Amino acid sequence: MNQKNAAISKGVDWSIVWIWFVLCGIGVTSIFAATYHEGDNIFQSFVSLKNDYSHQLLFFIFGGIIGTFILLTDSKFFTATANLLYAFGILLMLLVFPFHTRVMGTESIIRFGNAFQLQPADLCKLFVNLSLAKYLSRVDTDFSKTRSQLIATCIALAPAVLSVMQHELGLALVYFSFFIVMFREGLPANVLIIGFSFAVLVVATLVLDKNVLALILTGIAGLAIYILRRQVKRNRGILIFIVGIWFTCVGIQRFVVPFIFDHVFQAYQVKRIYDAIGKDYVPKDEKAALEIEQKSKGGKKDGNYNVKQSKIAIGSGGLIGKGLLKGTQTRYAFVPEQATDFIFCTIGEGFGFVGSMVLMGIYFLLLMRIVTIAERQRSVFSRCYAYGVASVFFFHLAVNVCMTIGLAPVVGISLPFISYGGTSLITFTIMLFILVRLDADRQMVLR
Amino acid sequence: MPVFNQSRSNIIRLIFGALFLVITAQLFNLQIVSNKYKRQAQENALFQKRIYPNRGIIYDRKGKAILNNAILYDLVVTPSQVKNIDTSYFCQLLDIDTAEFRDRILDAKFKNGPFRPTIFEDLLPPDLYAKFEENIWKFPGFNLQERPIRIYPFNAAAHIMGYVGEVDSTILKRSNYSYQLGDYVGRSGLEQYYEKQLMGQRGIEFWIKDNKNRLVGHYENKALDTAPVAGKNLRTYMDIDLQQMAEKLLGNKVGAIVAIEPKTGGIIAMASSPDFDPNLLTGSDKQKNFAKLNLDVRSPLLNRAIKGQYPAGSTYKPLGALIGLDEGVITPASGYDCRGYYYACSHPVKCDEKNAGHAATLRLAIAHSCNSFFCNTFRQTLDNPALHSARKGLMKWKEYVNAFGLGHRIGVDLPSEDGGNIPDTTSYDKDYNHSWNSCTMVTMGIGQDKMLVTPLQMANSMCIVANKGYYYVPHFVEKVDGETNVDTLLNRYKTKHEVLTHIPEDVYDVVISGMQDVTEIGTAKAVRIPGINMCAKTGTAENYLVIEHRRTKLKNNAMFVCFAPRENPKVCIAVVVQNAGYGAAWAAPIGSLLIEKYLNDTLSATSAKKMEQISNTNLLPKYLVRLQFVADSSRAAIRAMQRHDSTNYMKYINPSTRAMMLDTLGRFKNGVPVPPVNPMLKPKTKIKIKEEDPSTR
Repeated sequence: MNQKNAAISKGVDWSIVWIWFVLCGIGVTSIFAATYHEGDNIFQSFVSLKNDYSHQLLFFIFGGIIGTFILLTDSKFFTATANLLYAFGILLMLLVFPFHTRVMGTESIIRFGNAFQLQPADLCKLFVNLSLAKYLSRVDTDFSKTRSQLIATCIALAPAVLSVMQHELGLALVYFSFFIVMFREGLPANVLIIGFSFAVLVVATLVLDKNVLALILTGIAGLAIYILRRQVKRNRGILIFIVGIWFTCVGIQRFVVPFIFDHVFQAYQVKRIYDAIGKDYVPKDEKAALEIEQKSKGGKKDGNYNVKQSKIAIGSGGLIGKGLLKGTQTRYAFVPEQATDFIFCTIGEGFGFVGSMVLMGIYFLLLMRIVTIAERQRSVFSRCYAYGVASVFFFHLAVNVCMTIGLAPVVGISLPFISYGGTSLITFTIMLFILVRLDADRQMVLR
Repeated sequence: MPVFNQSRSNIIRLIFGALFLVITAQLFNLQIVSNKYKRQAQENALFQKRIYPNRGIIYDRKGKAILNNAILYDLVVTPSQVKNIDTSYFCQLLDIDTAEFRDRILDAKFKNGPFRPTIFEDLLPPDLYAKFEENIWKFPGFNLQERPIRIYPFNAAAHIMGYVGEVDSTILKRSNYSYQLGDYVGRSGLEQYYEKQLMGQRGIEFWIKDNKNRLVGHYENKALDTAPVAGKNLRTYMDIDLQQMAEKLLGNKVGAIVAIEPKTGGIIAMASSPDFDPNLLTGSDKQKNFAKLNLDVRSPLLNRAIKGQYPAGSTYKPLGALIGLDEGVITPASGYDCRGYYYACSHPVKCDEKNAGHAATLRLAIAHSCNSFFCNTFRQTLDNPALHSARKGLMKWKEYVNAFGLGHRIGVDLPSEDGGNIPDTTSYDKDYNHSWNSCTMVTMGIGQDKMLVTPLQMANSMCIVANKGYYYVPHFVEKVDGETNVDTLLNRYKTKHEVLTHIPEDVYDVVISGMQDVTEIGTAKAVRIPGINMCAKTGTAENYLVIEHRRTKLKNNAMFVCFAPRENPKVCIAVVVQNAGYGAAWAAPIGSLLIEKYLNDTLSATSAKKMEQISNTNLLPKYLVRLQFVADSSRAAIRAMQRHDSTNYMKYINPSTRAMMLDTLGRFKNGVPVPPVNPMLKPKTKIKIKEEDPSTR
């Protein structure tokens, strides 16, 4: 018995497990702080399973049990079933289309009765991560080839496409985080740079007047030609290249971005993006205006209000915060969605700068630890998987926290382990514990 | 293979690190650097609820509360909570219809939003309150909210007590914004003068409100709250019974009464008529009532006791005698051979007494109120050989009169007192181009000409006579409860003004004897009170008014000043009844009744009867009816022109209603013409009616 126990715990990185435990604990406490009503019997309501924090506690315990099971599983199981699970994930996402329930604007949720609901787009991250790791670790995958890179991209982004079709923009964006894994495995840096430039260009399109931006782009192109005039004399190709880039940029700015905004995004999403950069969005037609109005009617105020209240809540926390259950902004429902997407406000208001920094520190520790773990793996599968976990966490963290402090548009992305939500918590827990399991077998070469 | 691209792990670490740096920087900015969010959070979630203390209570000299606090209830509604109520029953209680009900709910939603309480009906009358109190559980969303108001249990002393109203912008500015919009502040009378003492100290409670602006609970367990401190109570010299009686006596008259306790300067009663029910300006119809009072040409809001300026008439004569005596131009033995007129100046001055010897001595002259004697005395004062010129004489005279408290504000503890008028040389220089002599203003010797005094000044001058040379500034408030001596507000009323002590006591005695004779053998002998030695002086002052651009001589003002008892004066009274006729006929009985009541505490049967009789007599000047008609019809005409709606205006044009409105002879009663009283016609009409009766059947 003892021997067997020793075998299970052998190689397990307990620091990760502790961090998981602490984060989940903070999560339950924060949800409690955000949704507790004055005068409730605390113990009773925790056991009653009638409110968010008791649910979350249950998910926490459930996550612990699943984690234990995962630690008991053979690592080879994950490599063996990766592709199968991926197929299962895609199937789940397809099942959403006929069986979804419309909840708060997204059509990505399947409900089982009243008690439990599942968001396959959330769960699918796990499967994508496994499958991508599996693909990248294949012996016959040469990632320096464009074909492999394209296949990997397709694996990563297929659920994203489905997710967008389910009007769940936030989770779709998460899948872009897998480019970090691919970058680590040798995706040319250019791709990331171009992607980043594209993002900058899109934001610039929104912020600046289109003619001004066109002038700026022309100016940059002219400057580049001037600086490279010697090379240009020798090689006409560079000139054509620069002009090509300029042409593409202007094209994107003039036609692609407006097209995406008008036809791909929902009007309310466009509005949120505008809100995040601090501009007023004028709906293009009555239908879009009506849609925005409907969105804001359903109890949910527009994104600008959310961000403003969230900033007030966090800002009013000051250095050490107002204390647990003392935050006036979060206690009295000024911040909407405060148990789920805006849970960081509760911490920011209740525990101030110090508390927020402690939480951020824990996350930073977790990410650094995962990267360290990733780099010590012998098998490519484990390393890719570890980077996948780190990337997803990083992306969630970045978007969620930046959203609450007014640096990113409001998209429904949860804060790992802390936001209220069963699917989210269980998914992250499984991802993390699979990592711990794989890491325990780091001397093995898994394929 | 594993080592391949390993350097990229550092780049990834760098990216992760960069994110945390950005987040840290923004958190630092939000939470440490910027104060904006803390303030906004407070604005979001904290509500400073002002807790108003009870205003101070005003008591009379016997400890009865003249101005008190009461709690009325507002019916407030929170629209979002109104569900399944019996609207028809509710409307029946309030006497409104369902459309009105719906309008008001909509209005409330519009004003304060559906989640916050808004006043549905303010200041419920007690019977309605009782009904709602019983049934409020049937009306979810409706609540009864306390609202303290001021009440005047005796319905008296409206002008003196004043009223409270919402602060306006000038008061806000003057108070350096210690008041806030919506606060109540004393707007007149003692309420205004003693605002600081009465208002108390506001308390502040910090409440937490939620995202729908509902108050959720106390902030920090009331640790930051300050409790309100109740206003201080005022103890006055007033005798509310006497005040009520004075107001009753002035019913249907225009005039004023002031009663002062000469030993302290405390004002026992101060009535001004027409007056109003002070409770009109506290309840829910406050605004409407105020507008109505404000538009009344009889100016019921005017406190004539301190703002009414009247020719002093003969009531000035005792003072004239004192001045003459002190200046040495007359002696107690001086007399004047008056035969009904004072002929010494170009215009003869009429005297009401004709029989020889009615002004044989000073005492007799006062008793019979001889005009000639006092015209003569006045001229002698001005032409005093010791002063060499009438100019100096006038200034000397003015000095005396001012010392008697006339011609300037005395400083009573009420706002906006008027000072009357005692002319000086400049005013005559202007009118007569520097060429005037003592004859020019000879009627000033009998309190006419340019001399104007307020009833308060008249009463105060009697105090000086009664006290033989000193007075305390007349005031209402004896002490402020809980006020330490540091307060200087009342100190000025505690200083004795010994202004005329250079006039020896025996001189005063002569004049006082003359005044006693007024009630024994003189003009006011009809109002003598058995057992009380009353010193008095009647007055009948001519007065003019510009009505419709014409200087019109009106009926004389009846005046009366007195003090009693002579030996130990306890009360000085001044009575003015505007346009009533002889002072002895109308003002003197009022003064005498008040003295009887105050000194004996009761009225004899005959006096009680007399009092009823006086209070029921209508002496309102008839010109007021016309003035009211002119004012109302002009307003209606302007309205008709501006709004193109002449419905209201028509009644001023229609001859029959017009005649009714302009009626001053009592020919109409409740809008129906009263048939002329003619005994010859009476049987005829009776027969006629009898004849008509069968035909109608």
